[in-house]
Amino acid sequence: MAQPQPLDRVVIRFAGDSGDGMQLTGDRFTAESASLGNDVATLPNFPAEIRAPQGTLPGVSSFQLHFADFDIVTPGDRPDVLVAMNPAALKANLHDLPKGGVIIVDTADFTKRNLAKIGWLHNPLEDSTLSSYKLHALDLTGMASEAVKEFGLGRKDASRTKNMFALGLLSWLYSRETEQTIKFLEDKFARKPDIRDANIAAFRAGHAFGETTEVFEHRYEVGAAPMKPGRYRQITGNLATAYGLITGAKKAGLELFLGSYPITPASDILHELSRRKDLGVMTFQAEDEIAGVASAVGASFAGALGATTTSGPGMALKMETIGLAIMTEIPLVVVNVQRAGPSTGMPTKTEQADLLQAVNGRNGEAPVVVLAARSATDCFDTAVEACRIAVKYRTPVIMLSDGYLANGAEPWRIPDLQAIEPIVPGYATELNGTDKVGEPAFLPYQRDPETLARAMAVPGTPGLEHRIGGIEKDAITGAISYDPDNHDKMVRTRQAKVDAVVADIPDVVVDDPTGRARVLVLGWGSTYGPITAAARRVRLGGRDVATAHLRHLNPMPANLGDVLAAYERVIVPEMNLGQLAQLLQARYLREITSYSRVRGLPISLSELETDLVAEIDTLTEGAAK
Amino acid sequence: MSNLTGLRGVPIALDPLNKKDYTSDQEVRWCPGCGDYAILSTFQSMMGTLGIRRENTVIVSGIGCAARFPYYVDTYGMHSIHGRAPAIATGIATAREDLNVWVVTGDGDSLSIGGNHLIHTLRRNVNITILLFNNEIYGLTKGQYSPTSEVGKLTKSSPLGSLDNPFNPISLALGAEATFVARAIDSDRKQLTEVMTAAAQHRGAALVEIYQNCPIFNDGAFEGLKGPEKEDLLINLRHGEPITFGSEGRYCVFRNARHDFEIGETADVDPAAIVVHDAERPDPSQAFALSRLTEGGVMRQAPVGIFRNVQRPAYDDRVREQILEVRAEDQDAALADLLAGPDTWEATAS
Repeated sequence: MAQPQPLDRVVIRFAGDSGDGMQLTGDRFTAESASLGNDVATLPNFPAEIRAPQGTLPGVSSFQLHFADFDIVTPGDRPDVLVAMNPAALKANLHDLPKGGVIIVDTADFTKRNLAKIGWLHNPLEDSTLSSYKLHALDLTGMASEAVKEFGLGRKDASRTKNMFALGLLSWLYSRETEQTIKFLEDKFARKPDIRDANIAAFRAGHAFGETTEVFEHRYEVGAAPMKPGRYRQITGNLATAYGLITGAKKAGLELFLGSYPITPASDILHELSRRKDLGVMTFQAEDEIAGVASAVGASFAGALGATTTSGPGMALKMETIGLAIMTEIPLVVVNVQRAGPSTGMPTKTEQADLLQAVNGRNGEAPVVVLAARSATDCFDTAVEACRIAVKYRTPVIMLSDGYLANGAEPWRIPDLQAIEPIVPGYATELNGTDKVGEPAFLPYQRDPETLARAMAVPGTPGLEHRIGGIEKDAITGAISYDPDNHDKMVRTRQAKVDAVVADIPDVVVDDPTGRARVLVLGWGSTYGPITAAARRVRLGGRDVATAHLRHLNPMPANLGDVLAAYERVIVPEMNLGQLAQLLQARYLREITSYSRVRGLPISLSELETDLVAEIDTLTEGAAK
Repeated sequence: MSNLTGLRGVPIALDPLNKKDYTSDQEVRWCPGCGDYAILSTFQSMMGTLGIRRENTVIVSGIGCAARFPYYVDTYGMHSIHGRAPAIATGIATAREDLNVWVVTGDGDSLSIGGNHLIHTLRRNVNITILLFNNEIYGLTKGQYSPTSEVGKLTKSSPLGSLDNPFNPISLALGAEATFVARAIDSDRKQLTEVMTAAAQHRGAALVEIYQNCPIFNDGAFEGLKGPEKEDLLINLRHGEPITFGSEGRYCVFRNARHDFEIGETADVDPAAIVVHDAERPDPSQAFALSRLTEGGVMRQAPVGIFRNVQRPAYDDRVREQILEVRAEDQDAALADLLAGPDTWEATAS
């Protein structure tokens, strides 16, 4: 066969039954691609049920991977290649595949009965259903089972190696690195030698099948993407969040305490931190969401750095306790990995509809700092910043991530820990004022004049014994106070303290390459990928468009008002009904064009591109008239 | 046993401390005649006898009349939110081995809104001491029936009589397999001191139910147990001793033919059938059976003293041990290794 043909980018979607190992297959292909220096972005998509009924549409699990020889920002809307392991996987994903796309399908499960299960009366592999695609119908299960015959596995275990056969085939087709996967399988199944050997054999057989068969006209390769020099690994948003929390606490010289209750899609942060006892991380799997955050408040009061991780429904339960941390002015990091709501919603699907909840969702005037991560790797930096602000300002910080960032992986330039600035808690060790009779005293609500952070003394500090609580306190002594003027002052002071964080956050940066754009697309959180990719395409089409992205949702960057004023039209794409748009309109009194998609999936970049082009053209035509 | 004391790890006071040292400058604001005054005073005196440094004690409370307690004790303290004090205290105790952590709560705070946290804190055996002030009424919200009020109680929210079956807090705690469970009465300073001291010295979660009179909304709920007949009504539990009570041990707790616990006249009971109290029995069933001898509502009879006092590893100790076993010597290097991960690649300038 001839030399592999070069491609600049490919989107592959692996789809199968939720027991078919599609997430693992996708993960491995991603690792192989990353190690070749491709830029990668992934989108796992799986049912909430651990094992939905076999062979049904609700049971389909998929993993989409975008790899390229240039800097990419999304896992892609539509796959170029669909690998379908059964009829349900083919049916559930076919509509996303553009005409002319490649289908590699395992024929083993295409029986009358299985087809009937999903409402197909005829076998689509045998009629004209798939005539506009490049179809490769292969008995992957049969070939995998044949390849592992010598290991004497049962029929079921043998057929389960079909995902590795498929991975081997795809690895050949796209000229991937194979050594890492073999090593990975050796480690993963070290204790089950027959399963280990069978999986490796199936993987090799898949690769060899590609090599020897004439089924595929070409073999492809995607070269390395130019990246900032340095050492890289791949990382998901949840892992990056966990690492950011550990790093933030270490930089502050505080022990990290995580109080958490399992919830999709945030649990992986709890899992990772529970494994990090080597780094002194304390984790507490609480009896409920409230105890999770309450224990974190207790730990922070005791001098550790308390954090809690959750998703929307858990967030609702934690709010009263977050109010306590606001009132007692205690450092606290709250991570909300958003999912589709309301109520239980769609636990495994992504959404951005908890922004107003984060900003406003408590009783009383209860301001908190709200940050949002834009990408999987940005979860690390955002979590470190959340720790920094929480400790420095003695305040809860809510960090918003979402299901898409949580599970999606991308290459991460491993940070230099030395380069991350230390965080200085500056907890009190001495008396800092005088009481009403003029005696030296500790005044827990004495404030730093710049940051307005209160003096915080941790238990065990002699002479600074004091009591704090959820009841309104005297502005200086912290004693209970029902004085009307004192309450007014305290309400305004708590707000002023959160507002003062603006001094610590950078201006929002606008990307407006020509300087001629009239439309600004402003985003927050995980819409960063689709917005950036759509804007690139709009620019390639010869139009001007500016983009900007917010990490700081409360307070917002100091220059944001000027930025908004500089453009004729501001479009805010969000996976909600326009929550940031609402905040911006209220704060800056300017019209915002809300672009809202709430489908439980990342915003489609091609749809966004089309819509942006239309907006820009309307504006241009309007001006021309 | 000394290595198992609840105060292990808490620094010892250099100079002896007394009640005054544990009294804050805040004016105490409970209703005149409230049982909380007596409990506060007993607590402040008892604290000095523990011999620990004042700055190493933390008192956490939730919401309710009892929850004002931390303000009046000159230690570190937090007056938190309704029902959550045990969860907050869990964070404090886990983060700091050198702290002596107390929770002060009421029957509404700990058994209604905070019931979940209470049972889980007890089953986990976190090293904290919970003082549950039980007045069988909601006081701060002005007189609604509580989860320990007797069925049929007439209150503002139950004008025709309450319908809920009450909790017996001791039975509940034993059901959660709490390792230390005791009961005392606000007005009995001597016993309250004994029980609180033993609770503080217990390693693990300790629950002390304190019968506390609310003179405004439920006055006299425990009057029978304080009046002239109290000797015949209070079943004093003493570890290792046969359970007899009343003047000159007139009554006893014995095992009847069906092996149930029953109260009888000592003179009529076979001495071999009289129950010898064993607070250290690993199985909580006997302590539970004793707790059922409580006649709730307008009190007519109640066992007091230490029902259960057994040893089981404390949750927070185990958390620290698990970390200690694997904690990396060089934390910075370990963190750098973690961030790098096993699979990396190098990108060079192109």
